Amino acid sequence: MALHTMTMAELTAGLESGDFTSVDVTRSLLDRIAKHDAQLNALITVTGDAALAAAAQADADRAAGNAGMLNGLPVIHKDIFCTRGVKTSCGSKMLDNFVSPYDATVVERMAAAGAVVLGKANMDEFAMGSSNETSFYGPVQNPWDLECSPGGSSGGSAASVAARFAPAATATDTGGSIRQPAALTNTVGIKPTYGRVSRYGMIAFASSLDQAGTITRTAEDAARVLGVMAGFDERDSTSVDVPVPDYLGEIGESIKGLRVGIVRQHFDEGLDADCAVKVKEAIAVLESLGATTVEVDLPNIDLSVPTYYVVAPAECSSNLSRFDGVRFGHRAENAEDLFDLYCRSRGEGFGDEVKRRIMTGAYVLSAGYYDAYYLKAQQVRQLIADDFRKAFADVDVIAGPTTPTPAFRLGDKVDDPITMYLNDIYTIGANLAGLPAISVPCGFVNDLPIGLHLVGTHFAESTLLRCAHQYQQETDWHMACPEDFA
Amino acid sequence: MSWEVVIGLEIHTQLATKSKIFSGASTAYGAEPNTQACLVDLGYPGVLPVLNKEVVHMAAMFGLAVNATVAPRSVFARKNYFYPDLPKGYQISQYELPIVERGELFITDAAGNEKRIGITRAHLEEDAGKSIHEGLDKSSGIDLNRAGTPLLEIVSEPDIRSAKEAVAYMRKIHTIVRYLGISDGNMQEGSFRCDANVSVRPKGQEAFGTRAEIKNLNSFRFVEKAINFEVERQIELIEDGGEVVQETRLYDSDKDETRSMRSKEEANDYRYFPDPDLLPVEIAADFIESVRAELPELPDAKQQRFVEEYEIKKDDAAILTISRQVAAYFEEVAGATDANAQLVANWVVGELSGALNKDGLEIGDSKVSATELAGLLTRIHDNTISGKIAKQVFEAMWAGDGSADEVIEAQGLKQITDSSAIEAVVDKVIEANPGQVAEYKAGKDKLIGFFVGQVMKETQGQANPGQVNQILKAKLSG
Repeated sequence: MALHTMTMAELTAGLESGDFTSVDVTRSLLDRIAKHDAQLNALITVTGDAALAAAAQADADRAAGNAGMLNGLPVIHKDIFCTRGVKTSCGSKMLDNFVSPYDATVVERMAAAGAVVLGKANMDEFAMGSSNETSFYGPVQNPWDLECSPGGSSGGSAASVAARFAPAATATDTGGSIRQPAALTNTVGIKPTYGRVSRYGMIAFASSLDQAGTITRTAEDAARVLGVMAGFDERDSTSVDVPVPDYLGEIGESIKGLRVGIVRQHFDEGLDADCAVKVKEAIAVLESLGATTVEVDLPNIDLSVPTYYVVAPAECSSNLSRFDGVRFGHRAENAEDLFDLYCRSRGEGFGDEVKRRIMTGAYVLSAGYYDAYYLKAQQVRQLIADDFRKAFADVDVIAGPTTPTPAFRLGDKVDDPITMYLNDIYTIGANLAGLPAISVPCGFVNDLPIGLHLVGTHFAESTLLRCAHQYQQETDWHMACPEDFA
Repeated sequence: MSWEVVIGLEIHTQLATKSKIFSGASTAYGAEPNTQACLVDLGYPGVLPVLNKEVVHMAAMFGLAVNATVAPRSVFARKNYFYPDLPKGYQISQYELPIVERGELFITDAAGNEKRIGITRAHLEEDAGKSIHEGLDKSSGIDLNRAGTPLLEIVSEPDIRSAKEAVAYMRKIHTIVRYLGISDGNMQEGSFRCDANVSVRPKGQEAFGTRAEIKNLNSFRFVEKAINFEVERQIELIEDGGEVVQETRLYDSDKDETRSMRSKEEANDYRYFPDPDLLPVEIAADFIESVRAELPELPDAKQQRFVEEYEIKKDDAAILTISRQVAAYFEEVAGATDANAQLVANWVVGELSGALNKDGLEIGDSKVSATELAGLLTRIHDNTISGKIAKQVFEAMWAGDGSADEVIEAQGLKQITDSSAIEAVVDKVIEANPGQVAEYKAGKDKLIGFFVGQVMKETQGQANPGQVNQILKAKLSG
């Protein structure tokens, strides 16, 4: 079995039994990246030397009996996570010259568990985008069809895992940025409950929505990595001090009796008919495993996209103010004065989509418009959260499609922001309500993968992982590998 | 026309925490630029603020001390604007829901009456850094040591009616925050400064006039001068047919004038919104009660107690309660001597304060301890020395010559109370001044002072003045 095809579970078994070393695995995957990434553009930075050193250390640790949960396992970090001594660009020209002086909590915890970082994944600029086309480093190609987008903003993470560059990648999700690319690349993407994983060191887009998670090929691997990433961090006031369950240990439990909610609106117009069929088949598989389905109503869910596009830009307009050319990042040359320095540094450093959102955000927060936009959006957000709360009184998870269609062609939507924004119509609700959600491969439409979306109640990651894992025991969609990357 | 002045103050008090409001960096003053600014203070990508709980405690203390409501729930908000000394491009402050609301304090107005000044609110916020222009050619430096220093901004109602009242109010706040130990109140270092909103209106008119805000006044004297200048400027402007415009002004202490900084039209739209990186501050009722229980005795209460318990003059009590340290010193002296408390007050307010001022010392660094001063005053009380000699003894004590008794002993300053010894000197003086004796006997009573002076001179001031008086009168009338 080729090393790059193995999951973390399989690699861990092989490392443990001495079939190969982490250095072997790391070298093999680095070779693979060197050979194939020109096609995908999935990585912004490859950290080969550091990876090999970390792999050697991991092997030594294992030999000494100190193997952590991720010992010797290769991972790729989305370039939104600060990594000490390594360029952390966030997909932007603004931070093209930024070498982080510190590690994000996620990076730190995974390193402490023995993970080997192969590099930093491409992404939409500052995580703003659903196609990876807003990246300063160019779009990422979808391994399933190089003409297609892998989705975004975590497109580089998803493409890397789909192309077998690494068994797992970190990702972030503000409105669907983990789940949508996972669905479009035949990978598993989990966005945990808001507050489950520390945001410290994760460059902020919209602070009240951003959450770190993973992209893997199996729910089992997601459980492994999430178990390491999750947990309270005193450096993030919004991280929640709730014990982290043994995700990996609980994953094997049956889903018999699990109540699965189906939202009528999710199957209305807008959803590709073939996708609807596949998603319904997937739900039938859950039923065959003992789950029951219940129709639930989320009366305000249609308002989630407009609500999101007020709240997220508002927060980003403020979060991105620190990129002013003064202390780090891109600085315009020969500025005439302070104002000119700000205008030109930001004008040159940010791309169009980022500028669009900063402008929108500044507008909705400005005097005279705040009540009509920002405040109203917060009220609607509360309604949406209440809808979910009511729905979860009757069900354990809500199931539906992750995206309305399979992957779209690069360039198709980039000039039409509204259509692009609608790609996140099924995923945004979970962000607004702070709920955990997972996308799991559930079939192909026109030879392109799509995903089954499961949303749970707060801190129900274990239920989602278990449900996805049980589903993957019954199906083999996730085993399919894009031809060019077999 | 007769004008009424309307003033409201916004006082920025630096809270005396060891570390910053949202980071672990030190708040100590005077370090090399940018050595006390961590990644959070520098606004690096990905970092997050974490509230220093001590500031909540301090704000609650202040709220209770000014009889205000400490909000069970307050919210941090972002005030967005670009400036090089503001690393994140926003200042974390409190806007719609501050931690302290609706307080009050009392000052003494010009007529000597007690006057209530309402406190609208007090909210927590972080300070910005500072730009440095001196010594740099065609560029500006930024020192972010101060960025993230915790501030409590205390906003008064527009209840103040003169520059003098403004100063009295500011002094009162200054005293309270130092009593509470929540601020060092150091104005040179910028730990205590204020913005003054000033307007004038014709006497009797209810509507407020248009106000100007004078920014960043960092001494009591400047507050008074800046307000007085601004009031005059506004009155002259209106009387000349002009109009006051709403604007921000700066006080130039060198020229003693205020200058326009920016008008309302140029004012920023700060786009305030709740900071999503910080949770609302929830304060439980039992926390408030525990803070209330630990509040120290406050200046007004202490002043009243001093007047009642020690029977000292109100003015002296006011001075003695200006700080907890001075008050404690006074009480320690008063408790360690049988001398009259008013005498103790006179000495602390007079000799001791004078000596401290002269050497630029705080009372905590006094060269004469409370016990030592009590020792000295006891010797006045038991007639070992006169008040006048005591001043001489005090000087020696201040110079480090030892305790009162040691100085008295060493310099032989013990008061002469032996009547026969005094009589001998009196006789000598009478004999030496026949002319004056004749005049005295002819009715020039005032000359008694001359004779007393002569006797004191002969005894190097050591004779008991009461006895000298008595003996002189007896002998001269004989």
